[in-house]
Amino acid sequence: MQSSVDLRAEIAVERVAKVFGSFTAIAEIGFEVPRGHFVTLLGPSGCGKSTILRILAGLAAPTRGVVLFKGARVIDPPPGMVYVFQQYSKSLFPWLTVLGNVEFGANSPHATRRGNAASRQECMETLRLVGLAAHADSYPWQLSGGMQQRVAIARALVARPEVLLMDEPFSALDALTRESLQDLLLRLWTELRLTVVFVTHDIAEAIYLSDEIVVLSSAPSKILARIGIDIPRPRDQLATREAASFLAYRRSLYKMVVGREEA
Amino acid sequence: MTRRLDRVPGFLVLAALLVLWELSVRLKWVVTPTWPAVSDVFATFWHACADGTYLQVLGPSLERLAIGYLIATVCAVAIGVAMGIWRRMYLLFEPLVEFLRPIPSPAYLPMAILFLGIDNAMKVFMVAFAAFFPILLNTVSGVRSVDPVLLDTGRTFGLARAQIIRRIVLPAAAGYILTGMRISLAIALIVTVIAEMVAGNSGIGFYILSAQRSFQVTEMYAGVIALALTGFALNKGFLAVERLTLGWHEGWNASAA
Repeated sequence: MQSSVDLRAEIAVERVAKVFGSFTAIAEIGFEVPRGHFVTLLGPSGCGKSTILRILAGLAAPTRGVVLFKGARVIDPPPGMVYVFQQYSKSLFPWLTVLGNVEFGANSPHATRRGNAASRQECMETLRLVGLAAHADSYPWQLSGGMQQRVAIARALVARPEVLLMDEPFSALDALTRESLQDLLLRLWTELRLTVVFVTHDIAEAIYLSDEIVVLSSAPSKILARIGIDIPRPRDQLATREAASFLAYRRSLYKMVVGREEA
Repeated sequence: MTRRLDRVPGFLVLAALLVLWELSVRLKWVVTPTWPAVSDVFATFWHACADGTYLQVLGPSLERLAIGYLIATVCAVAIGVAMGIWRRMYLLFEPLVEFLRPIPSPAYLPMAILFLGIDNAMKVFMVAFAAFFPILLNTVSGVRSVDPVLLDTGRTFGLARAQIIRRIVLPAAAGYILTGMRISLAIALIVTVIAEMVAGNSGIGFYILSAQRSFQVTEMYAGVIALALTGFALNKGFLAVERLTLGWHEGWNASAA
């Protein structure tokens, strides 16, 4: 899929700062996300990664600076972008079944605006894509955490976004579930030619998934480095993580993130 | 869920009290025309059931209750949602609510009569006013407790504010709203009966009071039984509706615990 990557910026973050009262969460940040890229914001807890992602999504307003999505300024959540929350159990609608939750995404304004009043069949296909077709009639709270997050991903995908914004989506899951969801996400990203902006504090996860990692300092956050991850795809949980290049990235990022914390 | 057998002792206490009542008359422990045998009361009750007296008597009461309760529910949910969502609305109305809410309903009955007379309008107003506050306060709490993540989920899918209220806030707050509605249903019945006793010439409240005034004591007791069963049935009916609409809620709560 890399050959199809369009290097024009899908998202441009220009001199964005965020101040809460007397607390400066984001000092000043600028970066671009080219179409079709998988970009990860990596930084220690409380460094304002989620705040940046919320500003990208139009869910929060920057104090200064602008975010452009396909050249247009983001003020409210724009169509074409869906935010996937860390707290999947709070983000799914407990009064709707799994299928009902996916149908919510399919019939949401951002989906229909693109002429996608999706049928129940399309919702079922999306559930099949994340391996949950058999659980269509269950309620979210009857499923495990990993399955719930897959429902949330299906609900996002059925709206046919170009961009997925993912806020530590796997951080509350156990390690094995997390790895299987990482592979699921990479498969979907490739098949659906998505652009993904992903937030995590997990260094290995960031390397495994990304084309590029934007390393953030603790608050007031600044960009410490932007590191292109030159590891071939498709990636593999065993081979990729054991590769010398993976370990080298891990070492240098670890020094950057953790070493900086200790200093 | 309590097992059927667990309920037996409770019913035995009820039965024992009824037997005690019957004995107190039959064995002449209490000799007064105001204390008829419970068997006579039930006989009168059955008779009044059979000849349609209670249909005639309860009809107007239930109609007032239903209209007042409906008005209260619609107004309280609408205002409650607005107060729960917009802090300014909350600050604007909260002192007024806190001033009006603690006034016992019978205290504003004389005022209601002055303005609305003694007919249906006054009784419907009384019911609506009294039933309004529990639903309002519960709706405000319910709306305020909706998780911000749910609201952001609505926004990221492009829902406008009105759609977020209808498709996310209302279902998410439904548990609170229905609790308020259940409290208000009991209050609405109480206020209906009080209003009918104070003024008017129809309804179960009027029936019980006029039976007392004309020394038809068994009719009076039988009317109270009819009223008790009505309240019981209303509550049971409400719980059935609640289970139907909030089936997800029970399991969800259990899974969160």
